[in-house]
This record gives sequence, structure tokens and C-alpha cells, in this order.
Amino acid sequence: MSRIGVFVCQCGENIARTVDVEAVAEALRDHPGVAFATGYKYMCSDPGQALVREAIAEHGLTGVVIAACSPHMHEKTFRRAVDKAGLNKFMCEMANIREHCSWIHEDRADATAKAIDITRTIVEKVKHNQPLESIRIPVTKRALVIGGGIAGIQAALDIADGGHQVILVEKDASIGGHMSQLSETFPTLDCSQCILTPRMVEAYQHPNITLHTWSEVEKVKGYIGNFEVTIRKKARSVNEDLCNGCGDCQAACPVRKIPSEFEAGLGKRTAISVPFPQAVPNIPVLDRQNCTLFKGRRKGLAKEVCGKCKEACLKGAIDYDAEDAFIEEEVGAIVVATGFKLYDIGREQPEGLKGYGEYGYGEVPDVIDGLQFERLASASGPTAGAILRPSDSTEPKTVVFVHCVGSRDPEKGIAYCSKICCMYNAKHAMLYKHKVHDGRAVAFYMDIRAAGKGYDEFSRRAIEEDGAEYIRGRVSRIFRDGDKVKVWGYDTLNGEQVVIDADMVVLATAIRPQDGIRDLAQKLSISTDEHGFINEAHPKLRPVETNTAGVFVAGACQAPRDIPESVAMASASAAKVMSLFSADELEREPAVALVNESTCIGCMRCADVCAYGAIEQRDICAIDGHVCGHVAYVNPGVCQGCGTCQAVCLSKSVELQTFTDEQIYSEINALCAWE
Amino acid sequence: MSDFEPRITAFVCNWCTYTGADLAGTSRLHMASNVRIIRLPCTGRIDPLFIIKAFERGADGVIVSGCHPADCHYTSGNYHARRRFAVFHDIMAFVGVDPRRMTFSWVSASEGAKWRDVVDEAVANVRELGPFEAYRALAPEAERQA
Repeated sequence: MSRIGVFVCQCGENIARTVDVEAVAEALRDHPGVAFATGYKYMCSDPGQALVREAIAEHGLTGVVIAACSPHMHEKTFRRAVDKAGLNKFMCEMANIREHCSWIHEDRADATAKAIDITRTIVEKVKHNQPLESIRIPVTKRALVIGGGIAGIQAALDIADGGHQVILVEKDASIGGHMSQLSETFPTLDCSQCILTPRMVEAYQHPNITLHTWSEVEKVKGYIGNFEVTIRKKARSVNEDLCNGCGDCQAACPVRKIPSEFEAGLGKRTAISVPFPQAVPNIPVLDRQNCTLFKGRRKGLAKEVCGKCKEACLKGAIDYDAEDAFIEEEVGAIVVATGFKLYDIGREQPEGLKGYGEYGYGEVPDVIDGLQFERLASASGPTAGAILRPSDSTEPKTVVFVHCVGSRDPEKGIAYCSKICCMYNAKHAMLYKHKVHDGRAVAFYMDIRAAGKGYDEFSRRAIEEDGAEYIRGRVSRIFRDGDKVKVWGYDTLNGEQVVIDADMVVLATAIRPQDGIRDLAQKLSISTDEHGFINEAHPKLRPVETNTAGVFVAGACQAPRDIPESVAMASASAAKVMSLFSADELEREPAVALVNESTCIGCMRCADVCAYGAIEQRDICAIDGHVCGHVAYVNPGVCQGCGTCQAVCLSKSVELQTFTDEQIYSEINALCAWE
Repeated sequence: MSDFEPRITAFVCNWCTYTGADLAGTSRLHMASNVRIIRLPCTGRIDPLFIIKAFERGADGVIVSGCHPADCHYTSGNYHARRRFAVFHDIMAFVGVDPRRMTFSWVSASEGAKWRDVVDEAVANVRELGPFEAYRALAPEAERQA
């Protein structure tokens, strides 16, 4: 026979204003199985919790129902109190008579009646609660960081400095990400490479960091504390152990006119190359798509048509027959930091996005995007930092900057704000004016969004000190007119059309998540939003966690982010990983499914619907050892406790602990007390 | 019929709709007091028999609500619930339960106001349909007394 204690909280006035707390306690006192019921002003306070503990001892309670606020608020508090009193903490449940009752109703009689119903329902549930033990799972104290941009580097360094092994995976040939392409950074105008490259080298040389460049995550299995990851090391055709980064292969390569990805198409590279001189590691990759030798092989030619890089390499590091290699790693936590890409308008049209053909991007050579301008302005760029337009390498005297190309435009582009463009446009206008003193910088903007420390001052400076002209309005068309680029726009403040004969136009194209993000999200069982940005677990309170425990997110793969925010998120993720690694074992709620092997018919429907792959088939052996059947088995470490398996079970053999059929039917039955 | 107060049982998931209902409370959004919530981890946990049981035990209406498609805390539980409910909905109509007594909705953790609307609308619908006497009569006498 259950002996349940019911504790009804007044929550100051919050509950007592509309619910007659004494009447609720009174009604429950006579309820079968209830041994004790009382009201109190603040149950969650120390004296309130003491009241619960004392009642457990005094009345020999076997279960506790706290009728108060939402379980999301104080379930943990009261379970702790119950645990202290020596009662199994899973024998305690909360009846939500605040958020779901007193706060949403005005009529006192109605609210009191409802509060009694709610409490009675939970009392009936608790009668069928079972004492449970928290599940303990071991933690592998190594972390995987996916993406070697500034966010990934920061996260890897923080975790490695904390004394844990980190595996850093980067899909390109070098770490550094977009930040390595930038010229100078807002709002301080310090040189991007100068602050980034030391961090890259530090990550490369850190004894706790294993770096895999030109690699991708192939497969992820397991769960928090115990992930098994397969990494695909793409064939580099250069032996990383032998190569000393001398660059002789690059000098020997006859294929020299491939548009450089690092230079955003403004420079050229060879088929075997390091992406940029400061690359980390300084080991080239052979681009098999463009290599003469591989082109010959693809044609089926009997003789190798090239081989100059191999001849040039004194170390014998070039291996044309290298194949993709797979590495298995066990890690306890994963940080996703795959970053962003720019909306490449005119060249590719992602699904659902329509527009901007009228801006001539991809057709007019002097219409470039923000990243290309970064390369023009960069001292290490194709023009060595001189602002020269791509078509004829002359200095442009009028440059038009267009904000919000693709962003904040649900009609043709994307509804969200790309966040960093207002700032980098101001920076571009400044950098341009600093280099071309007699030049004219004109920016078309919708609003200036410069929320950040020193940001508004920075964008004001572009206008007030450096003389950038800001026109509030949109651009309708950009086209080539002789050696000029004609810009048709509209000034909405003056209410007039504007036509500018520009020499070069820079489009602030929208920020989008990296290609392949949805595939990666699927591998990690995390979700993305409609645009492909990774969803955080809670937009305010859990910004770097994802919905899969043990997987964290940092930087622009979660939403458009600038460098300080990306770094902050990375350090936050690292802190989360470190706190996960601070214990040898993890404690988890025992809300997991359990199979009754004696009734399970082994149909494995449960395994089909399990989103986590937590259910496997187990053989049942006869006494002589031969397999005579099989049943389902739920791995409690992997099970997340959704209960979908239970709803599909034909023989009612799988039972979700804390939400068993018995508990739920008791709740439903209790509601019949309405009569 | 004016003094008829519908009794509605709501089966909601812990992560979206329950939290959304919490938000309705925190935002002090007043709504009809006819709904009793049963919290489940996920709509995927909902066995159609729960709904039948609720009607058998005297509910005049039922609400099922969980996370929006693609938002499920457990990745795909809500899709299983959606498919199950699509089939179940027709079966209930076939056995003579007016489908208007059952509300299926997606209410996220940030949609307190939507939860209020779902509750008020379900109550209004069921109020219009009147008490659900037919099926309740089938419940065993002993159980009705229980």
C-alpha cells in the first residue's frame, strides 16, 4: 500500500491568489493511498524542503507529490530533498498547479478544482513509480573538433590547454578558415593573419592536438562520453611524414592557371600546391582533378604524361597511388565548427533562392564579393594589397558597396540578417579610402546594424572621418557601360533615383552554412534550421549545446557570427567539454526503455523506429547452446528515453522507465474523477 | 447546453508543448480551464490506446500536441506520432467518434500564445459538440464507479 505525501505550495501569492491551497491539501488528504497532505507558503525554501524531509521520516512516506510549479523549474530541487531524506528520488514527482493552473485562470473555484485534479493525477502516477538508480556511463576524455577555422582552432586549443587530447579535423589542406583570407579585422583594423597564424602554429605544434587536414568526418556512432568516429583522410598524394614543405613540387608543376580558392578566384595556383604561403601544415595537396598526370590516367593512356613534381621532390614524398585512408577515433565530446560560405550569386543558385542576376555578379568582372575585396586589400593577396580592379588592374576611383545582397530579403534571397556585412562594408570603405585617397566610396544600405563593442563608433568613423558616402536605399541594377560599371539605385531618404558610374562594385553577399552541413548534422544526430544552420539546444540558456548530448557548436555554422563571437562560442564549447571531462563517469536519468525478454517476440519494430540506434537484436540460446530465437535489447547508454519504441511494440514488451503504461493509464483513469 | 463544461485530456510532449504551456503560464495568458495535461517525453510515446482510454474514462475531447516537424527533441518521434494519428483519426471517425473531438497540433516551447489558442479552440469545438455520452456508456459499470 502506497503512503504518499502531498505538499501543496502557495508560492507566495502566485498559487494562493487563485487556488485555495488548503482546499487542495484537504481534498487529497482523503484520497486513497495518501498518508499526509499539507500546504505551505514556499515549498522550495529551506524550511519547505525540511518539511518534506521530516514528513518522509515521520509518516514513512513511500512517494512524494509536490503540487507547485513546473517540473522544469524545481523537479531537481525536490528530488534532491527527497534523496536526502533517504527516499529514492524517482519516487518524487511534481504536479504543475502554477504555470498550468493558477497563472492562467481567474476563477478561484475553477482553478482550485483543476488544481485538485492535477494533483490527484500525479498522485496516481506516483503510486506506480519504481525506485530507480541513475545510470552511470564512462567518459572518454578526448574531444573531436570538426572544422579548423578560428572557432575550431580556439576550441581545440582551449581543450588541449586543459590537458585533454583533441582531434582537429579540417576538410581543406590547411587550417585557418575564412579568417586567414581576411585583410584586416573590424573594429580594430589589426591584421587578420598577424593574429591568426600564431594560433594556427600553436594548434599544429600543441602536444595534445592531433591535426588531420584534407580530412572529413565519415561516420559517427555512439553517444555522449563514448563516440566512435571514422575520419576519412582524403588522398593527398603527398606523404605528410616525408614532405618538408620546400615548395619544389609547386615550382615544377606545369599546370599553373587554376583559379585559387584561397584568393577567391582572383589569383592562380598550380595543380600541386599549398593554399597559401602561411598554410598549416605547410604540406601541399595534389589536385587530381586538374593534374595532367591524372587527366592522362583518366583517359586511359598507357604512359604517365607528367611526373614533374615527383622528379622535383628530393624527399620522395610524392605518391601518385595514395588512396583515401580511414582512421578510427574514440572521443567523449564533439565540437562542430564548420563555419560559413558566401552566397555565391550568379554562379550557383541554391534551392529556393532566386535572385540577383541583375547585379551582374559572375558576368561583370569588376563586380566582386566581400571576400574578393578582402583578398585585394590583403598584403598577401594577388595585388599585394593594392586596390586594383580585376578587369584591367587599374585603380578604381569610384567603388560602390552594396549591403544586404541576399540577406533580409525573403522574396528573392534569405530572410535572416547576415550580421557581419554592415561592419565589413564600413571596414572596406575605410581600407579603400586609406589606399586611394582621392577615391569615392559609396555604400547602399538598408539599416546600419553595428551592435557590438566599438562597432557603431567604427561605422561612424567610416562616414565621418574617412568620408564614405552612405545612401539609404537599394540597388536595382548593375551593368557594364564601357569601362564603367553602372549602378542604378534609389535613395529612399531623398526620394530620388541615383545613378553612379562606378569603377568597381563590392557586393555584401549573404552568409550561408557550409556545403554538406546537413549530411554532417545527420551523422551527428543534430538538427539544422531551414537554412542549414545548426540548431542550438536553447536559444538563450544553452547556446553552444545541441540537442544531442555531448555535441557542441561554435562559430558561424550555428548562425552568422563575427570573429569575437565565434571565439567566445568556441571557448564556451570548450568549457562545456571540460566540465563533461571533469568526472570519470556521467550520471544520467534512468528514463530509458527496458525490454521484457520473456514476452518480446523479436519483431524488431522498436529498432526500426529508434532514432538513436539504441536497440539491437540479441540471441536467445537454448540449453544446448543453439540459437532458438531473438529478442530486442535496449542499450541504456544510447537510449534517450523518447518512448517511441513502446508505442509501436506489438507485444507490449518494452517499457519506458518513468513513463510506463501503468503510470500513464493511472493518470488517465484519475481524470475520470471529473464525474 | 450552456452549463456543459467539456472535459479535455491533453497528451503533450515534455520538450515543446509542455514547455510552451509553461510559457503561457509565465506570460499569464488566460485560457479555458477545461484541459488536463498528461506529460509524456515525446508524442512518439503516445499509444492510440491512451486516447481511447481517455474517451472511455469520460473525456469529451482530446488534444495531442508536440514539437513542430523537424524540431523533435528526439529527432523523429513527432513524425511517428503524426503518421499514427493520421490513421487513428480515420478509425475513430469510423467507430463513430466525431474527429472534431480530437485536436492535433504542433506547439513549440516558444509558442505560449499558440497553446492558449489551441486550448480555447478545442474547448469551443467540444462545447459545440456537447458531452460525449455514446462511448462512455460502453465502459464497464465497475470501472465507471472506480
